[in-house]
Amino acid sequence: MEENVANAKTNLDAHVRDIVGWHFNPETGTPFWLDYAKTLDFDPRSDIAGFDDLRKFPLFEDEWLRGGPLRRWVPKAFQDRPLFVFETGGTTGIPKSRVAVEDFRIDYELFSETLPEASFPKGANWLMLGPSGPRRLRLAVEHLAQHRGGICFCLDLDPRWVIKLINKGWTDHLEAYKNHVIDQAVTLLGAGHDIKALFATPKLLESLALRLEDEGTSLKEAGIVGIFSGGTEFTPQWTRFAVEELLDGIFITPTYGNTLMGLAASRPVGPHDGYKITYHAPQPRAVVEVVDPDDGRTVVDYGATGRVRLTTLTKEFFVPGFLERDEGEREAPYASYPWDGVSGVRPFQKLAASTTVGVY
Amino acid sequence: MIQIPALRWGKPYTSLETDPVVHFDTGEELARVSLANAGLIQRDMKKAQRARDVLREIPTAELIEMVKKAADLYMTAELPLGDGTQTPDDFVKYQSATTGLPEHMCRANMEKNHFVLTRMDEVLDALTRGLDLSIFGRGYGTEARGVPLSYQAQAPVLGLVLPSNSPGVHTLWMPVIPLQIGLVFKPGPQEPWTPYRMSEAFFQAGIPRETISIYPGAGEIGAAVLAHCSRSMIFGGTPTVERYEGNPKVQVHGPGFSKILLGDDIVDDWEKYLDVMVDSVLVNSGRSCISCSGIWASRHTEEIAEAVAARLAPVAPLPPDDDQSALAAFTVPGVAEAISNEIDHHLNESGSVDVTARHRGDGEPRWVPRERCDYLRPTVLHCDSPERWLANKEYMFPFVSVVSCPQEKMIGSIGSTLVASAITEDPGFKRQLIDAVHIDRLNIGPVPTIRLNWLQPHEGSIIDFLYRARAYQEG
Repeated sequence: MEENVANAKTNLDAHVRDIVGWHFNPETGTPFWLDYAKTLDFDPRSDIAGFDDLRKFPLFEDEWLRGGPLRRWVPKAFQDRPLFVFETGGTTGIPKSRVAVEDFRIDYELFSETLPEASFPKGANWLMLGPSGPRRLRLAVEHLAQHRGGICFCLDLDPRWVIKLINKGWTDHLEAYKNHVIDQAVTLLGAGHDIKALFATPKLLESLALRLEDEGTSLKEAGIVGIFSGGTEFTPQWTRFAVEELLDGIFITPTYGNTLMGLAASRPVGPHDGYKITYHAPQPRAVVEVVDPDDGRTVVDYGATGRVRLTTLTKEFFVPGFLERDEGEREAPYASYPWDGVSGVRPFQKLAASTTVGVY
Repeated sequence: MIQIPALRWGKPYTSLETDPVVHFDTGEELARVSLANAGLIQRDMKKAQRARDVLREIPTAELIEMVKKAADLYMTAELPLGDGTQTPDDFVKYQSATTGLPEHMCRANMEKNHFVLTRMDEVLDALTRGLDLSIFGRGYGTEARGVPLSYQAQAPVLGLVLPSNSPGVHTLWMPVIPLQIGLVFKPGPQEPWTPYRMSEAFFQAGIPRETISIYPGAGEIGAAVLAHCSRSMIFGGTPTVERYEGNPKVQVHGPGFSKILLGDDIVDDWEKYLDVMVDSVLVNSGRSCISCSGIWASRHTEEIAEAVAARLAPVAPLPPDDDQSALAAFTVPGVAEAISNEIDHHLNESGSVDVTARHRGDGEPRWVPRERCDYLRPTVLHCDSPERWLANKEYMFPFVSVVSCPQEKMIGSIGSTLVASAITEDPGFKRQLIDAVHIDRLNIGPVPTIRLNWLQPHEGSIIDFLYRARAYQEG
């Protein structure tokens, strides 16, 4: 294990040099970072020798992602490629945007390698029970299905409207909208599409399972054999409840991710470990650390609680340390993931009062 | 430390998530309570009809006897609690330790609950106006005078989203089991004790376990109970009242804004009623919707405020096990300070004066911070008009505004009032009070607002809430 951890660190340092060299190279680099470099008192291309040196950068501010021009985030080498723009937030005001070329496909192809064949059979069709619109997740899950040889069936879900309903306290409308979404899912599952795999957020998965139970059937009877899910509501207790009472043996894998980072996979979850959920980032393309919330830089001890800090290191997108709106406990490297992980992810307490978690 | 599971139709369920219940003064962790998740409630509620079906198999008369037996068990027995047991003395200590209420007040609440349970036949007879109770189980029947009637249960169970800081509210749900309706509790985070102890007393007395569920948790658990029970009671502040007002599925219990109204015919003799006024403000540390928060009169209001303040101002925090302790602690950080600041802020406006301040003396402020809790000393204001911001406020401590208001404007100015004790013999004023639809419980004469007659409905009849009268004919 020690050797694997050391090798992973070596690979990460080499990857950091490669990515920093790319984004700060006047030929290939990203306009934003090339401009930003002029404000720094160091030269990223010569002074960043490895991951630890990324601490030289100030924290990334996601407010920089609001509004245009969007091409300032596109590396010069990719300016002629077809571009996607994915948004996050936006219930009120200008949403944050991330430009993508291939990253969402690469991230989900890597994630695909973690999925067991028995539960996510190649060629199986998928149902995407999550947000539609300008969301990375919608295209990413569709690509995952296509990458595994299947077709992805999607539905309409506007998460910004959901957040508005919650904030207004319109619980009847919220319930009606949730039912509208579940109606679409039930219709698709009953339409002869041979859907076997499902992406769903915990709340929607719960609602779908309970609806099917009301109708005298179940996810299993509907043909689902594998579920990929994600979100901060993914607590050990919820997972246990889902496994014991909703899923009837269907495999479920929790994930943690967002538009900036990509997708962190989890260790196997189950009663053997008290349904503890531990995520490991897809290193070296992204790194998750658990840091002291007061300084945002110092990694806490193993088992200690801290704020999630993420770093994104792809040729499309460079984030040298961003404080997520989540907290959790630092976890030791694991056989399949010989680098740190994070468990018990939940909304960062100091921000939790102002954070609205929707149905998705 | 006791581990307390959730109860799913009587079956213990130990969650992977637990919440500590902590002694407000010592910081000692007294128990860990299993937290439910919302989906679990939604799933369980699909089987709610079973609770009613099981209860309908037991004649009401037997259920009433079981409830009476449960009353004694609740009062005297060492009953199971989670992975341990709890004596009545432990119950009092724990409830005091987490709610901040002095122990003797917790004991008084126990006695109140016991009183209501042991007189359940009288309570139901009064609330149903003498109806043959078997009609509720069967759904139809005939009155003694030969008139056919039918009552239809509107829900198989009653959901209860209970408060943390007011153990006095539990009497409201006690008639439910004998009415052959199940119970679904979401206890207040600091007061899990009564739902668990009472349920265990019910079980030991023969009430089937599958008729009661208890789901501890945060706000989303309360929301789940309300969403999945066709009839629920919720306790909360004004925002809660406004949110659920008019919702036929929810009976909402909020601030009472209870008042003593002194008629022009007796107000010159106000000193005769000083004890009634002081008791109405101070009993149960002012922590009830039936506690008096307003004394209204057309004259002598400054003298009344002085006299009440002179009696209440010396009341100071004492240890919770002291039988003379009259003040409950605020166990949630910041709440007492915020309340005190709000009062002070509005005292800056003209027309409102804190009369207790000068009686307490220098260096003895209203807000008394302690290491792990806070107290608020009794506060008596004088308001020269109903228009003052502080004239019609209610807080969770002995707080009262003595308001100067002409009698002819009183009923139009008092706003929603849970208990009005109107001291008057003026027939015209009495008639107006009887007709005032914004007064719920009306006492005519020197009756403390905190003295309830359990044979009377409280904020609407629970019978009307749970059962609907309808036509039923057989051909």
